[in-house]
Amino acid sequence: MGETKANLYSESFQIEGGNFNSAGIVSTSIKSILKKLGIPGDIVRKAAIVSYEAEINVVSYAKKAVVNLTVKPGAVLIDVIDEGQGIPNIDLAMQEGYSTADHRIREMGFGAGMGLCNIKNYSDDFHIASEVGKGTHLKMTIQTPST
Amino acid sequence: MKLSEVRDILDAEIIVGEDSLDLEVQTAFGADLMSDVLAFAKAGSLLLTGLTNTQVIRTANVLDIAAIILVRGKKPSSETITLASELKIPILATKYILFETAGRLYMKGIVGCLPKVETTSGRN
Ligand SMILES: Nc1ncnc2c1ncn2[C@@H]1O[C@H](COP(=O)(O)OP(=O)(O)O)[C@@H](O)[C@H]1O
Ligand SMILES: [Mg+2]
Repeated sequence: MGETKANLYSESFQIEGGNFNSAGIVSTSIKSILKKLGIPGDIVRKAAIVSYEAEINVVSYAKKAVVNLTVKPGAVLIDVIDEGQGIPNIDLAMQEGYSTADHRIREMGFGAGMGLCNIKNYSDDFHIASEVGKGTHLKMTIQTPST
Repeated sequence: MKLSEVRDILDAEIIVGEDSLDLEVQTAFGADLMSDVLAFAKAGSLLLTGLTNTQVIRTANVLDIAAIILVRGKKPSSETITLASELKIPILATKYILFETAGRLYMKGIVGCLPKVETTSGRN
């Protein structure tokens, strides 16, 4: 049990695609968990923002997803792995303003093509991989002041 | 200023948060696009919006928004009210349009949570 490798906390969550009423539940949970762990407010906020935009995308574009939250010394990691249509052109999807959102997504206040940009901007490290017809994997790292 | 003063300035109805009227606020952000709110709004600010669905409450929660001001006479759904009560996010409703709401608050000293964005694309 290497002390330095030990995770302080880890938990997994499920998101159901298409369920617009539930969008945001996972990020609300992540936020309260990180707060309880005593993570600084600005880091909690970043983690909540990236998981929230990712959650909105799963609800909007995918069938379902697993979210893995890992808190370890120096960083909060959030992985969102969905099963769904995937993204044919990641460069295009990452462009601010590019969106395939329908009216239901816009009625919620999203669908302006800013979600992935917000995720990238609030993450200290961000990776996206996607396979058409299979799904999309987002990997976000937010650094914490190491103790 | 206190939330009670915000209510008076906007002739607003308190929909959630009767017990939060002593809350101090100094800044605000106004938008109907939640992705813009997530990109720019700062913790402790008022959120002025015309959207009334539950995502407004989720967005406010994610950002530690102090209170939501619903403009243009919009009324929240019962799900929105329930979620706001659960997450302890005050909702005030005013009949003033967004521009008037912002102007009236600005005249009394509330400023934007950021004066302007840094880049032409609007990104920080
Ligand atoms: N998880 C996902 N699965 C499939 N497509 C996605 C996913 N996330 C994003 N996309 C695609 O990328 C586009 C841009 O996403 P985003 O930047 O979040 O903006 P928006 O959701 O406002 O359209 C979406 O419109 C959609 O076409
Ligand atoms: Mg999106």
